[in-house]
Amino acid sequence: MNQVIIIGKGPAGISAAIYLKRAGIDPIVIGKDLGALGDYKSTIENYYGFDQPIDGKKLIEDGIKQASFLGIQIIDETVISIKDNIDHFSVITKTSNLQSETVLLATGKTRENLSIPGYRKFKGKGISMCATCDGYFYRKKKIGIVGCGHYMKHELEYLSRMTKEITVFTHGNELDEDLGFPIIKEPILEFGGIDKISYVKTKNGTHEVDGLFIALGAPSSIEFANQLGLIVEKGNLIINQEYQTNVPGIFAAGDITGGKLQIAKAVYDGMEVADYIYKYLKFKKTKTA
Amino acid sequence: MVIHLTKENFKNIVLETDKPVLVEFWATWCSPCQRLAPILEDLATAVHPHGVVAKLDVDDQYEIADEFGIMNIPTIMLFKDGKIEDSMLGIHSKDTLKSFMGL
Repeated sequence: MNQVIIIGKGPAGISAAIYLKRAGIDPIVIGKDLGALGDYKSTIENYYGFDQPIDGKKLIEDGIKQASFLGIQIIDETVISIKDNIDHFSVITKTSNLQSETVLLATGKTRENLSIPGYRKFKGKGISMCATCDGYFYRKKKIGIVGCGHYMKHELEYLSRMTKEITVFTHGNELDEDLGFPIIKEPILEFGGIDKISYVKTKNGTHEVDGLFIALGAPSSIEFANQLGLIVEKGNLIINQEYQTNVPGIFAAGDITGGKLQIAKAVYDGMEVADYIYKYLKFKKTKTA
Repeated sequence: MVIHLTKENFKNIVLETDKPVLVEFWATWCSPCQRLAPILEDLATAVHPHGVVAKLDVDDQYEIADEFGIMNIPTIMLFKDGKIEDSMLGIHSKDTLKSFMGL
């Protein structure tokens, strides 16, 4: 059993990892993309300690190197699901299923991932972001799932227990694998229906659906929040003064908690949350001892 | 106290009252819904006696859930004067839910 798994290797996640390591705890950091800084177009000029403007990608890569140098384990993978097992959490990636007493969500800010007509209209009206929350409503019904990676396959596996009538929409992405379900690779042009979604329109056809699940790319913290039952308000995870969400053992830091979307704030969050995770683990230990 | 709704009491508790009624549509298999349960208990205490907080099991009471076209859970619906005033999805804080009820 791990003590801490940190999801996200940006300034908040890495800073937390460094402070935890120095407090004698071995965190595992899991993350694939470099988040907002990875593709930050201009240079950074407002962060302390650099005499010249610095490149966002370089800064974040150096942070990861710094953590590795301190002996922190960093796994270069996408987390596709987090499960709440009451007394611990399972963090699932493509290749592993890790158990941890606490999880720190430091994934950065979620991106609104679809600009297809009808998406906003039918979100919550047949379009769902959470198979484990809503899959049950579509028992033996006709559904679609949008995605092309491991996150989609994970959600598909769950949904296939509810119904066998599933169509996979890759929305223009490649997918050369037999999933046992029809795959439509054309880009989606529109989600349509009256009160609720009833069809997905692609270039060469219209596909009837009773419901549609979105599992594109990597799940954001908001998707993890849906799986775990975390409070989300205005796109931010809500935390208390100790950086803890409403689920004990799940912490959050950085952009995803709102406030200033700044490196300095994320680094500060990382330092603070490390302290509170340390205290949480220590308290848990004295309680069970 | 959060009231458990059934076919028998739905009309009386939700529709025939002059108080705002917040209804959570939930299910036993919905793990995020379990996280909303303590928040709703706190909310019920906080809004009493000016508002009512209730929940409806979508499997047990599927006739009502179907009538309101519930397809995502948890769905939170606000009823005022026997009509749907507003609805939202997901987990929210007690304070947000309280102001959602207009209290």
